[in-house]
Amino acid sequence: MNIDNIKSQFPIFSKKINGKSLVYLDSSNSSQKPMCVINRLDTFYKSEFSNIGRSIHSLSVNATNKFDETRMSVKKFINAGSKEEIIFTKNATESINLIASTFGQQNIKSGDEILITELEHHSNYVPWHYLRESKGAVIKFAPINEDGDIIISEFEKLITPKTKIIAVTHLSNVTGTIVPVKEIINIAHKKNIPVLVDGCQSAPHIKIDVKDLDCDFYAISCHKVYGPTGVGILYAKKDWLEKLPPYIGGGGMISEVTKEKVSYAQLPEKYEAGTMPTAEVVAFNESIKFMESIGIENLINHEKKLTNYALEKLRSINSVQLVGNPKNKAGVISFTIKGVHPHDIATILDEDGVAIRAGHHCCQILHKKLNLPATARASFGIYNTKDDIDILCEAIENCRKVFNLK
Amino acid sequence: MDLKELYQDIILEHGKSPRNFGKCKNYNHQARGHNPLCGDQVHVYLKLDKEKKVEQLTFEGSGCAISIASTSIMTELVKGKSFKASMEIIDGFLNMIKGGSEVKSNDLTEDQKIKIMSLSGVKQYPMRIKCATLSWHTLISAMENKDKDVNTEI
Repeated sequence: MNIDNIKSQFPIFSKKINGKSLVYLDSSNSSQKPMCVINRLDTFYKSEFSNIGRSIHSLSVNATNKFDETRMSVKKFINAGSKEEIIFTKNATESINLIASTFGQQNIKSGDEILITELEHHSNYVPWHYLRESKGAVIKFAPINEDGDIIISEFEKLITPKTKIIAVTHLSNVTGTIVPVKEIINIAHKKNIPVLVDGCQSAPHIKIDVKDLDCDFYAISCHKVYGPTGVGILYAKKDWLEKLPPYIGGGGMISEVTKEKVSYAQLPEKYEAGTMPTAEVVAFNESIKFMESIGIENLINHEKKLTNYALEKLRSINSVQLVGNPKNKAGVISFTIKGVHPHDIATILDEDGVAIRAGHHCCQILHKKLNLPATARASFGIYNTKDDIDILCEAIENCRKVFNLK
Repeated sequence: MDLKELYQDIILEHGKSPRNFGKCKNYNHQARGHNPLCGDQVHVYLKLDKEKKVEQLTFEGSGCAISIASTSIMTELVKGKSFKASMEIIDGFLNMIKGGSEVKSNDLTEDQKIKIMSLSGVKQYPMRIKCATLSWHTLISAMENKDKDVNTEI
């Protein structure tokens, strides 16, 4: 696999940042977009645009078909059982909110417990917090150890007869921990507890097989998977989607509407009210094709090599402290530099064209646990190279210089 | 843009060894500030005397070099000033950071003006302006007794 060839498919890399070549290490936040995706948006808007499902003219038929093709590609990409199990949302946050809201409405009462972990992004905590406020649910946090791994034995202890749902990330956006979700799902299902997996970070980096995992719900954000913004995916087992109430009401999600009552559309339309991000969903098909053209195994190998290289180089810099040391780690590396606050690191690195993220990365619970107010984070995508890591390390050395530190 | 404009020696020094850090005794005004985007926190403690002169001004909190230095310099400059002069200095600073002219206050010594000007490099970095201004907005809240937390995003 030739990475230079892959990088050349991303037009953003021809841009200079502060006169320097862009070293983009913020893919956990959002990935850059390949030309095929940008072109697809362009051609769809230029020559194919129509709303879907609402008209019988040719453009609408084509748009509806193209929209549906993406659904079929997603189904195949994550190995879902049927296309009815693939719901398009605004983002993974909305996917999780959809389940928290509809599942909560139907299944949560005062005193019921929701089990999440200390690794969770705010988007896999706040929607459950709403149920704490509205229904009197109790939220329990499964602890992590100092390496950033979930302590499975402690996790098991927190499951009680009152546990109604478990929600867990597949891959931490701070420590890069790949969570053994299959094991967790197995434990949960023995007690008939459904599991939602936040797959925001995992979708671009590891093979997802929802059938093999046997998860009940899986949330994905397309903009992190080399796709457009404004599109998320909710995978849910068909039984659940049939059983749960609808979420957002409006056009497109109804079957029949009278002054007295409303009946709802079949799946997946039941959960897709209003005009969808049509062009973006259509263009997301190109993101999947792009990833498949590289081959998910190649992608994983490339990022694994890059991560190991980066960890080795960063460990050799005395002033750098890495955050977490999980057993199974993907290309997300958070770190601190002695004497330089992460925000200052981000500003200084930006001067060298190196884009990282600094802050709490929407994980305040985790940062509190780690006793760190903020961290700096370098996260990788398919376009990153060893050269990028070398430039990152030089820029880190520069932080010490700017701060007059020995 | 030049990083040395932003990270001047005065800023690095105040960032590393902030003045007036901690909770002062007998404070009669206080306010908290928070930047939810990055997690910066500041807690300003203030003692106004009967004439509303700033008798004591200290802070606690965590943040980047810019935010700590800005807060540290603020406490040095405002401590001992009348209420009116304090407000003029605060307004002058916020105006400077937003791209306005340098701070012209008769209540500041030349040395103090150099200190406040050392923060002017921040205006070249739009994403860092809130780092520099959070504590100043928090001080206004404390002085005006608003009893409301300052949040950079509200």
